[in-house]
Amino acid sequence: MSTDSQKMPYTPPALEFKSSTFSVPVLVLSSDDLLIIEQQLQEKVDLAPEFFKNSPLVLDVQALNKQGYAIDIAALTELIRKIGLLPIGIRGGNAQQNRQALELLMPVYSIRSGGVTEETQKQKTVTPEPNTELDSDVTATTLITQPIRSGQRIYAKGDLVITAQVSAGAEIMAEGNIHVYNTLRGRALAGVQGNTDARIFCFDLQAELISIAGNYKVSEDLDESVRNKPVQIYLQDQALIIKDIVQHH
Amino acid sequence: MARIIVVTSGKGGVGKTTTSAAIAMGLAKKGHKTAVIDFDVGLRNLDLIMGCERRVVYDFVNVINGEATLNQALIRDKNCNLLYILPASQTRDKDALSQEGVGKILDELKKDFKYIVCDSPAGIEKGAHLAMYFADDAFVVTNPEVSSVRDSDRMLGILASKSRRAEQNEEPIKEYLLLSRYAPDRVKLGEMLSVDDVQDILSLHLLGVIPESKSVLNASNSGTPVILDEKSDAGQAYADIVARYLGENRPHRFIDDKKGFFRKLFGSK
Ligand SMILES: Nc1ncnc2c1ncn2[C@@H]1O[C@H](COP(=O)(O)OP(=O)(O)O)[C@@H](O)[C@H]1O
Ligand SMILES: [Mg+2]
Repeated sequence: MSTDSQKMPYTPPALEFKSSTFSVPVLVLSSDDLLIIEQQLQEKVDLAPEFFKNSPLVLDVQALNKQGYAIDIAALTELIRKIGLLPIGIRGGNAQQNRQALELLMPVYSIRSGGVTEETQKQKTVTPEPNTELDSDVTATTLITQPIRSGQRIYAKGDLVITAQVSAGAEIMAEGNIHVYNTLRGRALAGVQGNTDARIFCFDLQAELISIAGNYKVSEDLDESVRNKPVQIYLQDQALIIKDIVQHH
Repeated sequence: MARIIVVTSGKGGVGKTTTSAAIAMGLAKKGHKTAVIDFDVGLRNLDLIMGCERRVVYDFVNVINGEATLNQALIRDKNCNLLYILPASQTRDKDALSQEGVGKILDELKKDFKYIVCDSPAGIEKGAHLAMYFADDAFVVTNPEVSSVRDSDRMLGILASKSRRAEQNEEPIKEYLLLSRYAPDRVKLGEMLSVDDVQDILSLHLLGVIPESKSVLNASNSGTPVILDEKSDAGQAYADIVARYLGENRPHRFIDDKKGFFRKLFGSK
């Protein structure tokens, strides 16, 4: 359902910014038995419920795959969400698992990139300042768990993951991909340094503007059929494609 | 521990001063020593709403400049002896306030008062910034219309990033939504946003809905905070809000169209 998209000139940011990187706990799995996983995870969470409540989590299935156990990512994610944790990515998955993860709006991290650092401590969250660039390692992922309000501006050098809403009048930019696990009402610009492979994923598309590598569409150009839906947005032959995140076969 | 409450919105004319006067009175009536400060330097009107405009000798700016002590400038309310008003200056401009000066006054007030209510001016400039900077809690007053909601959203971004708590990486300001001048019949006609619409956009904890009410004008004409008009809908709405803020569990009111029931019954337009 692509239509024409216009080219927007890239203006380099004219401000000096703070930098921060984030660490997210990684759940390394060594069994594919969902019952056992549920039981053991619940035991751990019960030890410190406040600590784990709504904590983001990256799922590591590499060891499991090496042993030849390909776990079902959808079922695993559902189980973990039920326990009250928020899986925000997967690593070490096979092609099918990675596809499953993307369908669930979860980014796929590579093992080597160092995009996510292992940490057992609770995730630090940031409060973005208006007009603030969150500068970080080129490969790092910026995670934001608080709403981005009107007038605020976020810039991430790598991927940008936001679990709260993005208000109308807010602007989020990333040199990599943008994931919004909530309503996207503001402006979202991915691949702002020209990465045409960058994508935008969001739970509920109500954006004022979406752009990938300078190819943009404003709210008025958005087809009704993609509004208020979980979608992914990418570039194909210089045209912005907006698609249901869940592929119906 | 004393708590500093800022009553803010971004937009003007939404009911911040009305709210500041009402909740300050409500907190004092519940037995908490409370001070309410007018940050609207140059456009003071809190003293009018509180009915103490003819007793103003010194003001906020005099205290900051060391021309008067805090005790000289604080005016004790005529209806409640646990409530004090610190009026704004009518003759200066907003530059008369400094962050350091405001911080010193608030520190001094914190020793003696349980709640300090800061009535913010409109806008997002200096006066509004100083009113919210030291806050522990924010009452975000919003009218059910798109531009007011947008301005509140903007103010929420500023609370989350420019306040003292944000700058010092402390626990963030607690934010509460007060939906004011709500008219259910106009919501029904589609002329106003509904409570749900506003909640959906702001995703904020709703402390209460204050109906559009003639009692507010009557109260300000007589110089008594509307919460003292216990029979009025707006007065009751503010009483609910104070009670909820203090931890009581009260169901929300004033959201539904009362006339709707009769309309349905009798089929009138
Ligand atoms: N609930 C209400 N119903 C009717 N009028 C109201 C209500 N709240 C405020 N007003 C009126 O709106 C105007 C602006 O209120 P005010 O409290 O001074 O707003 P602000 O301090 O935000 O500028 C005043 O005339 C006031 O009487
Ligand atoms: Mg006012």
